[in-house]
Amino acid sequence: MSLSHLQALEAESIHIIREVAAEFRNPVMLYSIGKDSGVLAHLARKAFFPGRVPFPLLHVDTTWKFRAMYEFRERFARENGFELRVHSNPEGLAKNVNPFDYGSNVYTTIMKTHALLQALEKWGFDAAFGGARRDEEKSRAKERVYSFRDRNHQWDPKNQRPELWNLYNGRVHKGESIRVFPMSNWTELDTWLYVHREGIPVVPLYFAAMRPIVERDGNLIMVDDERFRLRPGETPSLRKVRFRTLGCYPLSGAIESDAETLPEVIREMLLARVSERQGRVIDYDEDASMERKKREGYF
Amino acid sequence: MFDRSLVSGDIEAYLERHEKKELLRLLTCGSVDDGKSTLIGRLLHDTKLVYEDQLAAVARDSKKEGSTGGELDLALLMDGLKAEREQGITIDVAYRYFSTEKRKFIIADCPGHEQYTRNMATGASTCDLAVILIDARKGVLPQTRRHSFIVALLGLRHVVVAINKMDLIDWSQDVFERIRADYQAFVARLDIPDIHFLPISALRGDNVVDPSAHMPWWQGGPLLAHLENVHVGADRNLADLRFPVQYVSRPNPDFRGYAGTLASGTLRPGDEVLVVPSGTTSRVKRIVTFDADLDEARPPMAINVTLADEIDVSRGDMLVRPGNLPRIERDFEAMLVWMSEEPLAVDRQYFVKHTHTLVSGSVAKLYYSVDVNTLEQKPAVTLGLNEVGRCQISLARAIPFDAYARNRATGAFILIDRVSNATVGAGMILRRESGPERGRSFWEVEPASDLLRRQTSPVSGDERAQRLGQKPVTLLLTGLTGAGKTTLAYALERRLFDSGRQVLVLDGENMRLGISRDLGFSSVERSENLRRAAEVARIANQSGLICICSLLAPNESVRERVRETIGAERFLEIYLSAPLEVCRARETGGMYARADAGEIAQFPGVSAPYDVPAAPDLVLPTHELDVDACVDRLVRLLESRGTI
Ligand SMILES: Nc1nc2c(ncn2[C@@H]2O[C@H](COP(=O)(O)OP(=O)(O)O)[C@@H](O)[C@H]2O)c(=O)[nH]1
Repeated sequence: MSLSHLQALEAESIHIIREVAAEFRNPVMLYSIGKDSGVLAHLARKAFFPGRVPFPLLHVDTTWKFRAMYEFRERFARENGFELRVHSNPEGLAKNVNPFDYGSNVYTTIMKTHALLQALEKWGFDAAFGGARRDEEKSRAKERVYSFRDRNHQWDPKNQRPELWNLYNGRVHKGESIRVFPMSNWTELDTWLYVHREGIPVVPLYFAAMRPIVERDGNLIMVDDERFRLRPGETPSLRKVRFRTLGCYPLSGAIESDAETLPEVIREMLLARVSERQGRVIDYDEDASMERKKREGYF
Repeated sequence: MFDRSLVSGDIEAYLERHEKKELLRLLTCGSVDDGKSTLIGRLLHDTKLVYEDQLAAVARDSKKEGSTGGELDLALLMDGLKAEREQGITIDVAYRYFSTEKRKFIIADCPGHEQYTRNMATGASTCDLAVILIDARKGVLPQTRRHSFIVALLGLRHVVVAINKMDLIDWSQDVFERIRADYQAFVARLDIPDIHFLPISALRGDNVVDPSAHMPWWQGGPLLAHLENVHVGADRNLADLRFPVQYVSRPNPDFRGYAGTLASGTLRPGDEVLVVPSGTTSRVKRIVTFDADLDEARPPMAINVTLADEIDVSRGDMLVRPGNLPRIERDFEAMLVWMSEEPLAVDRQYFVKHTHTLVSGSVAKLYYSVDVNTLEQKPAVTLGLNEVGRCQISLARAIPFDAYARNRATGAFILIDRVSNATVGAGMILRRESGPERGRSFWEVEPASDLLRRQTSPVSGDERAQRLGQKPVTLLLTGLTGAGKTTLAYALERRLFDSGRQVLVLDGENMRLGISRDLGFSSVERSENLRRAAEVARIANQSGLICICSLLAPNESVRERVRETIGAERFLEIYLSAPLEVCRARETGGMYARADAGEIAQFPGVSAPYDVPAAPDLVLPTHELDVDACVDRLVRLLESRGTI
């Protein structure tokens, strides 16, 4: 009898996580509070059980996440015995870089990309796990599991290594680092099935509830706190919505839904006829923006 | 999979089903324009995995840039990569995902043809099955051979040959059959046990997901049905326990676990295990996982194993079963795929990564390179990007490994450049006995240095003969297992010893318990066992002894070499001529039974030839004469030669 696909994916991910822990000096796991991060952290706990996970979680905080995400983050780290590190870009905070006054591109670059690089430098991490999957976007289909970054954290597309079998080449020079994607072979459906099977807790924003919403440029945006700047004529109204992906609340589009439980969310997802990233406002800015962001070090 | 019944149906039951699906990893290969992208697009589209926004974009692009005259061009779904190829970005493999009720599929899709060998080897390394596309108008091309060679090289056991664009040849069964026959004719040389042929039209969707209405002559079902049902479970090696230790887990003083991925075999609490290379043994105490302790672990589970004894085990060590060991050596032969712009430098030091071991090593010898289009072997001094060759690897220290054909996980390695850290080569370890050239080399290997000089004894042969009252000679008793070689050897020794002679017996089985403990039973290893016996016999003869060799020695040309080594004037070849049936009936050790069952390969008389000696010095029909009568004849032979 062979393993089920979820068992096989889980085993593969654990193999990758252990290999990095064994070969790198100072790894870290990027934690974005979303469901993929939740699965990744769960896999890390499994990889080192009965021991503790031998590296910390890092949340790169733009300070504009949903309030429910912050609550969830604290509880998640505490209950699962993780060491949590949080970093925000101090210059960005000083200049009050926010998603209203700045274009989403500039905002993301300063508050996410730069902040991440600062954090990696500050703590000297040489390997950073991320929860990205190859099925997320056409251009990610060719991504390696180990993605190499030079001393300046730049990703050089011509300088990536072929990956054969499960033999990962973890040799790096001083100052170089890798990003590791243990869930490369998972799909969105696999992730949800796994969350369901394993009972992994997720932020309640994934489930439908009545929430204060304004409709802006065709997106349903939640008014999550008093910092939200309403445009003239906008008044929040309560609508039953949920989120397919979670990020900074002013940049995350909700969808109208009645799915209040995990099975219902999965059912809706299976019947959905549009892809996941449609809800991500930041992608609309530019085509092929993923590629560019990656080169700059966002992933 | 997006069956509409989901709207009303029982979602929990649905989830339950989908959480238990199997996983199949497959590779698609074809030359440019054979329709690979169209085929993958078709699989995704017809299994309803394409979202409306994606489909709308493809429909829009089909009008603008499609190759289908405005019709939906599903190849555009795979488009993410084309732009990058134009920018000169290296893409080895793109991975695609889709699933059905039965299985989740991971497709390794290797675009481009310039980097084909490297890309395909990379893609194939994780796959169970390959779909090889052939354009029905073109038939079997050199590329088809190349793809098939690489698939076989990487050890894939299942191939689907999809003959595409059937719509353009009028759905002709004749053409399909002709291509099938062509393919079968050349693939016979490669070791691919399961090959399945299919006529399809990726563009029109015939025989991809749905059966074709245009080919009533085809009863074999569509591609997807085959992919859903092909049995790959038996490919897993469950016979040889190999657990490479990846991570030593010591969370507290009371717990010491060895974490890793089970490469092959099965593991249960209580099992006796041997740690290689150290050789210490212990028993499995627990197989720990986050969910619960396991009663049994199967590959490729990620587990954490504790042992009953406190012994020293580190990352890179391997847990195996006593009595079923991997090879533990510094040198091995391998097929090597070169993956770097910078060519291979023979004798240069690289890093070799094998399981969880990183060790220095070099390519000590390059035997030949293989032309991937014609499969011809040609002499080579180096390997360039995308070249494949057979070589000898020499490591700084011994590691445990198996032949790739037997065990992918413990037979694969990568080579890493020590300066750039790039992955420059991918290797597959070969069985020791493979290839006749290796067999010859045992006999023909030159001494390790030309500074070595043969030392000679001040005691002459005549002096020895006088002292011992005998002239030295070597008798080779050859014949099938059960012919009576050992019995006769010792009976003759007794008779000679009792009459005051000095004798040495070299028995094949005894050799294998000691001096040849590292050898198996392949013809090459038998030959090597004989070579060692011959060298020892020569030394014995030089010291004045009579030497009796009881060895199967099935091969005439190898026996000739023995004669040369010892010297024709001192060599007597005795053939024990009992026929196979008699030998079988007599033999009590169970060797024939095991050979019949295929457990011992290349067994002379059963699965390998025994060359009856052409001109033996004596034939002994051991099925007609008793032992004493045989010994009498041997003594007479020795007397007639003036030995005694
Ligand atoms: N008539 C016909 N054309 C096909 C078929 N499959 C692919 N094609 C066409 O062959 C061309 C090359 O296909 P594509 O999928 O891009 O090939 P790739 O280079 O192997 O990915 C395109 O014009 C396709 O529309 C088929 O079954 N029948």
